[in-house]
Amino acid sequence: MNLLALQRRMARAVMTPLTPGENMRRKTADGRSMHRVAASFIKPNDRLTSFERLEIYNRQYWWRVLSAFGEDFPGVRAVLGDRRFEALAKAYISDCPSRSFTLRNLGSRLPEWLRRHSGFAGSRHALTLDMARLEWADIEAFDGAAEPALSAQDLAEANAARVRLRLQPYISLLALRYPVDDLLLNVRKEEDTAFASNAFVQRKKRKHVSAVARLRPAPIFLAVHRHDESVYFRRLDREEFEILQGLHHGETLGRAVEAAMRRSSMPLADRPEMVQHWFRAWASLGWFCRSAARRQAKKSSAA
Amino acid sequence: MPANRFNNFTSYGVGIGLRAPHYHHILSRKPVVDWFEIISENYMIDGGRPLRILDQILDQYRVVQHGVSMYFGSAENLNRDHLRRLKTLVKRTKTPWLSDHLCWGSVDGRYTHDLLPMPYTFEAAQRTAQKIREVRDFVEVPVVVENVSSYAEYHVSEMTEWEFLNEVVERADCGILLDVNNIYVSSQNHTFDPMDYVNNVPADRVAQIHIAGHSKYRKYILDTHDHPVIDPVWRLYARAIERVGHTATLLEWDDSIPSFEEVHNEALKANRFLSGAALKKAG
Repeated sequence: MNLLALQRRMARAVMTPLTPGENMRRKTADGRSMHRVAASFIKPNDRLTSFERLEIYNRQYWWRVLSAFGEDFPGVRAVLGDRRFEALAKAYISDCPSRSFTLRNLGSRLPEWLRRHSGFAGSRHALTLDMARLEWADIEAFDGAAEPALSAQDLAEANAARVRLRLQPYISLLALRYPVDDLLLNVRKEEDTAFASNAFVQRKKRKHVSAVARLRPAPIFLAVHRHDESVYFRRLDREEFEILQGLHHGETLGRAVEAAMRRSSMPLADRPEMVQHWFRAWASLGWFCRSAARRQAKKSSAA
Repeated sequence: MPANRFNNFTSYGVGIGLRAPHYHHILSRKPVVDWFEIISENYMIDGGRPLRILDQILDQYRVVQHGVSMYFGSAENLNRDHLRRLKTLVKRTKTPWLSDHLCWGSVDGRYTHDLLPMPYTFEAAQRTAQKIREVRDFVEVPVVVENVSSYAEYHVSEMTEWEFLNEVVERADCGILLDVNNIYVSSQNHTFDPMDYVNNVPADRVAQIHIAGHSKYRKYILDTHDHPVIDPVWRLYARAIERVGHTATLLEWDDSIPSFEEVHNEALKANRFLSGAALKKAG
């Protein structure tokens, strides 16, 4: 057996889901005996069979990836409860095993996967999807790239009709059906509590369940961003969200504002002041950077 | 004086792994530590707090990079994105050498995030050595490879683990990060004399040594890095130092991480053996 064939055989076995009792399955996905598969390439020793030696790696794999996934999505766990969350995690990781050198990216395909697999969350599908999108945006905001922010002077000199502003790469704009930002902050607050007796864990679970049960749909617009190396969830007005989204899609500032205000019920007289107010806030948070094309042009002229 | 041509960093004494629970202690108390080893992948990111903290550490300490997912032994080609990010980090840390494991962990683009054991074959040695050379040529710093602990062996193996290690490092002309705890763990799981391993490693290629604790189960030992170093592992370390001379040494403690002082004090026990090596040299 050559190196590639051996590694494929081993990886297939190691990544096969465990039984509910956390043992290695006795049959492969195509119905072969796992004992025979293991014995075909792994030596037994005086204490362990080939199957048992392979099982050590099979367990380590699943414990590692499930633990990493659980750490990244405590909000989804709170929404679904432990049992459904674990079923979802195993199904997701089986369908979307890591394709990155870092476990940081393990959950990158979860929102997309959830859209295609609504059955795992049942009646809480929309809520689960919102939470998964928020938690993935949180990961992106935590360590995503930051470009040099435009200065107040750069922005003051910008021609609204022509300027294309780019948002910092670490920012995600989310239109959500549920106010999952508050729920996630509560989940984290509880997890930060220093002690965890069994009684406390049970109380925590009951609190999660009642918080989720009480949560009613209430559309929100959110910017998940970073300031001073901490991640924040900033609620946005609809118009504010649409302007930022327009900019994110490459619209000029003028067009982005115009499109966002078309459906707005905001009194005409209030609009200029409101836009200025938002703009000042975004600029003070360093959300804008120059568009890639503009940056390249500036670099060339400087050279 | 370097102990060998792969060990130009004799001034690096005893270091410990840089781990998040110790960030605050290190940055606020500024303890004296010879050097820190970082897990490269934790900082191969685009921005944010981890890089800011790393920069603060780099302002005050020497840092060496240790990787966990280059997978020199995987049959597939190297991941170009991984390499580019690694090189960016190398420029940031100015690591004097770079280590990763003699293992595999990915196939067909799927990652297990484990350090899976190699089949000890000539084909595997050739492929692995070729990839080590590619990484070294790309990142432009010396690359050293670490022996892993293992729980399984393959029928196809054609040599012992230490013979395979020698075969790879000779073909790649690279250094070794000798993990004496991993040798001990594997020796218990595969029933060989760990001293044979230490005695057969080419001393002139050992660039760094790892020490760590592990967990004992009924039928096997797991390399968990969550306990102090046990005496049999210290004995292997003593023998390694006797053969290799003064060598940069690092304690790994990755799970159930105790206070900074406890980890550092455990690591500093290595000085007993390093001082002996220095005295012997002076005598």
